Amino acid sequence: MESMVMLEKEFDVVIGLETHVQMNTNTKMFCGCKVEFGAPPNTNVCPVCLAHPGTLPVINKKAVEYAVKAALALNCKIHNLSIMARKNYFYPDLPKGYQISQYDKPLATDGYVEIKVGDSFKKIRIHRLHIEEDAGKTIHEGSYSYVDLNRAGTPLMEIVTEPDISSPEEARKYLEKLRNIMRYIGVSEADMEKGQLRCDVNISLKPKGSDKLGTKVELKNINSFRFIVKAIEYEIERQSKLLKKGEKIIQETRLFDPESGKTYTMRTKEEAHDYRYFPDPDLLPIVLKDQDIENIKKSLPELPDQKYHRYVETLNLPPYDAEVLTSDKNLAIYFEQVISIFPQNPKIVSNWILNELLGKLNDKGIDIENSPITPQSFAELISLIVDGTISGKIAKEVFDIAFETGKSPKQIVEEKGLKQISNEDEIRNIVKSVLEKHPAEVEKYKSGNEKILGFLVGQVMKETKGKANPQLVNKILREELA
Amino acid sequence: MSLWKKTALELSNLIKSKEIKPSEVVQSFIERKRQVEPKIQAYVTDLEEFAIQMAKKLDEEITKLEKIPDLFGIPIAIKDNISTKGIRTTCSSKMLENFVPIYDATVIERLKEQGYVITGKTNLDEFAMGSSTENSAFFTTKNPWDLERVPGGSSGGSAAIVAAAAVPLSLGSDTGGSIRQPAAFCGIVGLKPTYGRVSRYGLVAFASSLDQIGPFSRTVEDAALIMNVIAGKDNRDSTSKDVPVPNYLEEIKKDVKGLKIGLPKEFFTDDLDPQIKDTVLNAVKQLEKEGMSVEEISLPHAKYAIETYYIIAPAEASSNLARFDGVRYGYRTKDYSDLEEMYSKTRNEGFGSEVKRRIMIGTYVLSSGYYDAYYLKAQKVRTLIYQDYVKAFEKVDVIISPTTPDVAFKIGEKSSDPIQMYLSDIFTVSANIATVPAISIPCGFKDNLPVGMQITGKPFDEATILRVAYRYQNIYRFYEKIPME
Repeated sequence: MESMVMLEKEFDVVIGLETHVQMNTNTKMFCGCKVEFGAPPNTNVCPVCLAHPGTLPVINKKAVEYAVKAALALNCKIHNLSIMARKNYFYPDLPKGYQISQYDKPLATDGYVEIKVGDSFKKIRIHRLHIEEDAGKTIHEGSYSYVDLNRAGTPLMEIVTEPDISSPEEARKYLEKLRNIMRYIGVSEADMEKGQLRCDVNISLKPKGSDKLGTKVELKNINSFRFIVKAIEYEIERQSKLLKKGEKIIQETRLFDPESGKTYTMRTKEEAHDYRYFPDPDLLPIVLKDQDIENIKKSLPELPDQKYHRYVETLNLPPYDAEVLTSDKNLAIYFEQVISIFPQNPKIVSNWILNELLGKLNDKGIDIENSPITPQSFAELISLIVDGTISGKIAKEVFDIAFETGKSPKQIVEEKGLKQISNEDEIRNIVKSVLEKHPAEVEKYKSGNEKILGFLVGQVMKETKGKANPQLVNKILREELA
Repeated sequence: MSLWKKTALELSNLIKSKEIKPSEVVQSFIERKRQVEPKIQAYVTDLEEFAIQMAKKLDEEITKLEKIPDLFGIPIAIKDNISTKGIRTTCSSKMLENFVPIYDATVIERLKEQGYVITGKTNLDEFAMGSSTENSAFFTTKNPWDLERVPGGSSGGSAAIVAAAAVPLSLGSDTGGSIRQPAAFCGIVGLKPTYGRVSRYGLVAFASSLDQIGPFSRTVEDAALIMNVIAGKDNRDSTSKDVPVPNYLEEIKKDVKGLKIGLPKEFFTDDLDPQIKDTVLNAVKQLEKEGMSVEEISLPHAKYAIETYYIIAPAEASSNLARFDGVRYGYRTKDYSDLEEMYSKTRNEGFGSEVKRRIMIGTYVLSSGYYDAYYLKAQKVRTLIYQDYVKAFEKVDVIISPTTPDVAFKIGEKSSDPIQMYLSDIFTVSANIATVPAISIPCGFKDNLPVGMQITGKPFDEATILRVAYRYQNIYRFYEKIPME
């Protein structure tokens, strides 16, 4: 993307994201129907979510609690009074002809999320967070369209940022952070592929350094992290080309097409809906007392940023380790389970997780929570290394066996006789026999070629099938060669 | 004496003492209905056969019951905008002509628990928009006192069928006067409870912040009887309130001595028809003799009630009626080539002109750029009107006025002039705007047509207005005169 870099030198990119997060409550926003992914069409429905005449919505208190949790985790100001409003428009998968949402009195405003850009942190401000219900799904097949209302009424949060994002990479980082936070606090799986996290992008360009914002374009229908980056990259290129030709950007909504990687006009500003928002008379305002908010705040778990700082400051992990470990709630849980059993050396635990476990899991496509090596086994392995029972090299072998068989590292060491040889006399005998077999190399060492020591160590390790304590081998070799 | 002339309370007592069977009660009312219904056309769906079968079942059931509920075996007619499971609910609209609900409204569930007998679904102005039933997509119901006149609306069918004594009780709904105005026109009792007193769950919404279900009856005690059953908090309606429900049958017997009546000067102007004015003021005098005091009060913003109403109600209606889109249920146009055309033809063909007029007004007042000037302003006026009532009720216990500016008008007389039609709600809309309860009871006649008196009360104080109404009923036994006898 050479052109990309060039274009970014001439223009500042201004991006704001509107994200919809599906809450993982048991039931829907306004009725008792189950929230479930992948159920047969129109099975999780009732008169209320089918909008049968005369039915009324009743707010799901759990969903409000979840939204408050999310808003607190995003450092938002929670409003003591917020109002559900109707957003009116016609669509076959919108049974009432309006979506119950929030408009001028949202649940929360003025928050922020921190993302890591290079070595420093950047604040992405959250403009607002509000509660609303999801629509159903329309499926087009040939000349027919089918409506599935299972999803209709699923609780959603809409989270809107300020236009603080200035690159595709930052957008991706923001979304990853958002997803991570949602999972940490347990309000959503936030799986983009399942539509539990959906994102619209507002993007405009302005000449480098200018404080006048350009005309913004909204990008819709982007359903993966990769496509978010692609769509933004494409749009930056498209807009900057137009601007350089002296053409104007049209304010419009564009759809991203994953096939071509391009965006296409969906509707222009003139065609935009007038949603005729007004407070929903069927629902009372959401009233949250300070004490209610305080109680929810107390129930929040440690958030990724808090964990990150604790790992760096208290556990003395390098920032990189802390970032990776906290980037996934389940990974952090795994790490913490291991160090709760083996608290002596978090750094070596981190090394082994980052260097061995994650790679292996990745290769096999296994999630950390399904790791064949349990945190107990993992801690056992680390303690075997640290107390010198096995060498690092043998530990890798044990790790592989444990990963394949699920056996405990102690058992493996026991069965395979992999215990490290730390008896000095025993090692000295082996060293002596190695030196006898390699007089030429001994000569070279003595004439000043110290590099040859590595070869000799290797020979000793070979004799002991890697079980000899490497430090001892080194020490004794030097003594015998002196 | 024929059973159909008896009140629900009398019948209830006779059934409880097992002097009569539910089937005898139902049979008597069916015979009366067969006489009057062909002339008044109150029912959209006449459930005669269903009622007979139901009554037979109740005859058997009663032998097994330890405690017989108050409304056991009592025939009750239901306005056709209240959802009845398995029974067609049309809202008198082509849109729902063949619509059979899959659930019962909360009020219907409560009546079913009592063992009531549904007699039919009554005619209304389409989606409860109107004051005469002339906006019904099917036919116009006639006033039993004069078959050339309207029964009022929108709950005209429920009012006419009770007035003609073809059923002792019925349910209606009142958004701007749709219970009280037809009660006045038909010479019966009609109560609009406080907003939040009776669950709206299952009432097909017209204007959600104003709609309220309430009863029609020939006597005040019958209204009290059914209110004991339908009033109270419902978890399915977030706007229903958890305010204790007194036993209204006990409450109405209490003395009225010392209660204060307020007469709003804005409602007794020189423009008011002198005969209507005299009739109502004469009734007030009778109450004065019972130990009540009378004073003039002011509701300074009530004069804006109609305008306020005709912004808020259509705004909410325009949104509430969006669900009738031809996608999931109800009417769908025959020929269309795309979604847009399906929507517009379905709604154009399925709705009548008054409904379309209100959807258009509502859409307009909610549009961006107009919202502040209309909807938001109307909400502010609404608050002012509410405050007028709060202030008035610091001084008085009830407010009395005529229910309507005049008696029942002729069929066709106002149907071409929506504004004239809207103005017939002038005394009733304020109660909806202010959410307060109000009852209309007969207080005399003008040109052989009933005149209604409206008694308005404090929020959730239905007991007091029922008590005053009951006392007046003991002076002027209006229920004794039955039309079409």
